[in-house]
Amino acid sequence: MKRFVILVILLTNLLVQVRAGEYSLIHSDSIVVHKEHADTKFNATEFIFDHIGDSFEWHIFTANHHHYSIPLPIILYSKNSGLHVFLSSKFHSSDGTFNGFRIEKDGKYKGKIVELTEVGEINNNSPLPLDFSLTKNAVTVIFVCALLCWIFISIASKYKNKPNAAPTGLQNLFEPIILFVKNEIAIPSIGERKHIRFMPFLLTMFFFIWISNLLGLIPIFPGGANVTGNIAVTLGLALFTFIVVNINGNRHYWKDIVNAPGVPWFLKLPIPIMPLVELMGIFIKPFVLMVRLFANILAGHMVAIVFMSLIFIFAAMKVWLGYVAAPISILFSVFMTVLELLVALIQAYVFTLLSAIYIGMATAEHH
Amino acid sequence: MGLVTPDYGLLFWTMLSFSILLFILRKFAWKPILLGLKSREESIAKALKQADEARAELTRIQESNRVLAEKARLERERDFQEAKAFREKLIEEAKEEARAESQKMIEKAREIIKQEKEAAKKELYVTVASLALELSEKILRKQFTDTEKQTDYINELLKEMSKN
Repeated sequence: MKRFVILVILLTNLLVQVRAGEYSLIHSDSIVVHKEHADTKFNATEFIFDHIGDSFEWHIFTANHHHYSIPLPIILYSKNSGLHVFLSSKFHSSDGTFNGFRIEKDGKYKGKIVELTEVGEINNNSPLPLDFSLTKNAVTVIFVCALLCWIFISIASKYKNKPNAAPTGLQNLFEPIILFVKNEIAIPSIGERKHIRFMPFLLTMFFFIWISNLLGLIPIFPGGANVTGNIAVTLGLALFTFIVVNINGNRHYWKDIVNAPGVPWFLKLPIPIMPLVELMGIFIKPFVLMVRLFANILAGHMVAIVFMSLIFIFAAMKVWLGYVAAPISILFSVFMTVLELLVALIQAYVFTLLSAIYIGMATAEHH
Repeated sequence: MGLVTPDYGLLFWTMLSFSILLFILRKFAWKPILLGLKSREESIAKALKQADEARAELTRIQESNRVLAEKARLERERDFQEAKAFREKLIEEAKEEARAESQKMIEKAREIIKQEKEAAKKELYVTVASLALELSEKILRKQFTDTEKQTDYINELLKEMSKN
């Protein structure tokens, strides 16, 4: 825990130093500072979508119309020019292009990296290169993975070094949660005999979602990325549940899909309505998991940001209105954040519980 | 990047990271943690069982102690009763003996008194006889001198004799 605090303090110090020497750091690759144009009219939609969306660089803060952000790696594969790996800071050139690529600001490909022709037009033959950039969310996912590895491997060493001792520190914090996942999620859903096989998956899923959710609630670096409110991430997680459920599905599971018990024959022959419904069910289950987590977290973030935006919307109308709106908005955002703390845990629990129930249904011996 | 269109790049990185995370945590974290928890659970269960057994053993020992103590108490009481009876018997015997002894002594004393009395009687007889003889001698001697005086003398002697 102490090490984590030190890490945060170091990062904060780094930012302060960056700010002190902001001009000297322009165009360097470590932290990017670029000046915003004088047009500072507040656009709520853009503001909100900027915060909940992904980004090619990690914006840390803005001071005096300068954006301070950490550049992230851009990894592109183009049919025409092959593989390109470079830092997002390269896009801060005068015309915003690098190596014939550009982040589109508007239009059909808004927010995407497009390939340009030699004259600077969008290449209509292959406008979008394959984009495997380590975006803000991707980096946060990796960060969460590293954090989880560090936490749980250090806890595991305690169990190895001092077996049967009373838990202490981090171990004491996480042990009840691990036992909760085991006793309240895995055993009731999957059963005493088989649950142990799926424990690593369920625990990893639970802690990944929970820590990601919590990290998303921290507005400053290294938090702030809307990871679990991004549909690609929740799709990835749901796909894992899909794979685990269907790989471990036993004879009964598949038999019930083809020939559902307790259903009149005319729903199966000659038109296989029930088998089709069951087949859809295989995909609907993870789909629901994906949408639930995504929508809950996204909505939470959106509401919190909307409350914040209210201050600026009112201030744009009349300055004194902004002052009136500020305390109310802040109160509501604090309330939302506290609520989100709860939602972070509940959604991790629900996702894990449903995954466990699906696994339990796929591995059940008899009905 | 549309809000509800999954971005394949991020999907790829998520799935890759999560796979690696799952692999690493499964091998280096969850296995030792779950094993540790299980072993702790077992050791606690064992300790509880042992405590229960120890408690049962203690109860058993206490029970046997109680029985022993009870037995000892009864024995002591019995010994005490026996001793008391014995003492009483002893006292009784001693009393009896003493009574018999004193009876015997009284008998003996009586015997001795009787004997002494006999002896005294005999001596008295002898003395009386000798006195009678002496008296008769003296009477006989005086008879020849004065008859009146004889009578007086006999009276005087008789008076003297009765004094003795």
